[in-house]
Amino acid sequence: MLNPKLFLNQKMFDHNALQKATRDGFGDALVELGTMNKDVVVLTADLSESTRTEGFEKKFKERFFEVGVAEQNMAAIAAGFAISGKIPFISSYAVFSPGKNWETIRTTIIYNEANVKIAGHHAGIITGADGSTHQATEDIAITRVFPGITIFVPCDYWEAKKATIESANIKGPVYLRFTRDKTPIITTEKTPFDKDTPQAYWLSENPKVTLFAFGYMLYYALLAAKILEQKGINVLVVNLSTIKPANEKEIVELAKKANRVVTVEDHQVMGGLGSMIAEVLAKFFPTPMEFIGLQDTFAQSGNPKDLIKQYKMDEVAIIEAVEKVISR
Amino acid sequence: MDIPALYEEKLKDLELKANKARQLVIETLLEAGSGHSAGSLGMADIFVALYFHILNHDPKNPELVDRDRLILSNGHICPIQYTVMAMSGYFPIDELKTLRKINSRLQGHPHRTSLPGLETTSGPLGEGISQGIGIALSARLDKKKYHTFVISSDGEHQEGNIWEAIMFAGKHKLNNLTLIIDRNNIQIDGFTENVMPLEPLKEKYLAFNWEVLEIDGNNIKEFVDAVTKAKSTFEKPTVIIAHTIPGKGVSFMEKDFAWHGKPPNSEEAKKALDELRTLQGRIQSEHQ
Repeated sequence: MLNPKLFLNQKMFDHNALQKATRDGFGDALVELGTMNKDVVVLTADLSESTRTEGFEKKFKERFFEVGVAEQNMAAIAAGFAISGKIPFISSYAVFSPGKNWETIRTTIIYNEANVKIAGHHAGIITGADGSTHQATEDIAITRVFPGITIFVPCDYWEAKKATIESANIKGPVYLRFTRDKTPIITTEKTPFDKDTPQAYWLSENPKVTLFAFGYMLYYALLAAKILEQKGINVLVVNLSTIKPANEKEIVELAKKANRVVTVEDHQVMGGLGSMIAEVLAKFFPTPMEFIGLQDTFAQSGNPKDLIKQYKMDEVAIIEAVEKVISR
Repeated sequence: MDIPALYEEKLKDLELKANKARQLVIETLLEAGSGHSAGSLGMADIFVALYFHILNHDPKNPELVDRDRLILSNGHICPIQYTVMAMSGYFPIDELKTLRKINSRLQGHPHRTSLPGLETTSGPLGEGISQGIGIALSARLDKKKYHTFVISSDGEHQEGNIWEAIMFAGKHKLNNLTLIIDRNNIQIDGFTENVMPLEPLKEKYLAFNWEVLEIDGNNIKEFVDAVTKAKSTFEKPTVIIAHTIPGKGVSFMEKDFAWHGKPPNSEEAKKALDELRTLQGRIQSEHQ
């Protein structure tokens, strides 16, 4: 059952359940931050509509900077702002930022200890029709290796909004990952955003498997849990929206509840959420694991739902992985 | 803050300091066993003029809110920046001996949070102007009067990021930003015009809506005059193309790209120091 303590959206499995994009949570949060904190500045690289910075632009014109199609310049200008006391948010597609400008981020933001918030949009194969060139599926792998960074992958609109606002309170670089499409609303405005402690969103007695998921894929994991319950298989589903710093102790505790783990992410299975959980468990509690995600390949253009099915990341694939890891 | 007038006596003092800085660079690089000689020697005059005459700064209070910002984009010539910082009192001159060694504040390429007084982290090329833009825009937002100086190399202009930044600064008419290019014509693989031609550099900047000044970068008076002019240009950012002699002051290093990225051995260092001390004597007598 859905964790009753977290004020989750009880209607999330309904046929006409409300959907909203995480990028809209980001955009709405920026407008609030603009009012709350005059040091917040926003930069975009010719993608203000699609990365949802235009709301901030309209209200706070003097603190909004359009850099044109120049992601390296955007990252390093933001570093200059940050070391002068500003809290810059840079915004583009994740393939370009932190993709194309990775070394600029490494030198001028991370190693330079600059308080910059990096918003990577159009993450995952759910980006759909634009094709693999625009579907960031390696962004967690390339940011997770940065010392001192915080990484949030919000599961829905509300969490995206809360994570964005929280990121401004963190002193130091933060990477925020957003998706393009509307995805199910999993939480509510009242759901607490606990950046330090991963929360079990689906609870059951004597679970056989612990599922760790991030982003909108949490919905597919919850859907799988619901179907599995009807089949008599109990699981736990954890929202792991903070990828870094990892709460190792809590991850081990959650894995110990079932002694079997499945990770669920719209990202390459190498270097992402699954790798992170595997690193933690290999060290403290070696556990049989299965990995749902993009299996060392590129995806292609298509309708997001079709892609998620074809690349074996939907609830059917998750159920298969759960059954497989139980049988091991 | 206005730049003070440069009288004969002060000019001589600065020239002697630049000579002293070159000697320290040779000693420092010999001790370090690796590092970049040519650019460090070539830029000694400009660094001395900045730290001892132009910049509004306080070595005892590196966080001074209204200090002018100096950003070294081509971080590999940090031996000269470290040297002049030490000479102006940011840290003891003796600490130069720790350059590139373990647990030193003087990293092989500048690391902002390792050493108070460094404004940015650099080494990978092409990123300094962009950071300078962020700093200059912050000044504009906060209505601060400090000026932002960025030092960049010529070879660095082969990086795309540089042109992204030049385009941006031109668009925003960043008159509180002054760029100084060390136009010494060399880079690791050879002469810039053979590796990847940059000329006509002046016309490129003009096309990007910058004010352009060209000077002899080893002439302190010309440099101070150019900065004075740059600071009084209100409608656009200014670039000072400073023609310098790489390896300046050491005959066998001058204009030879082989000295871009290596230090002298002890024999070469001795020869270099002999030459620099001779020059020191000449400066002393010239101004008398």
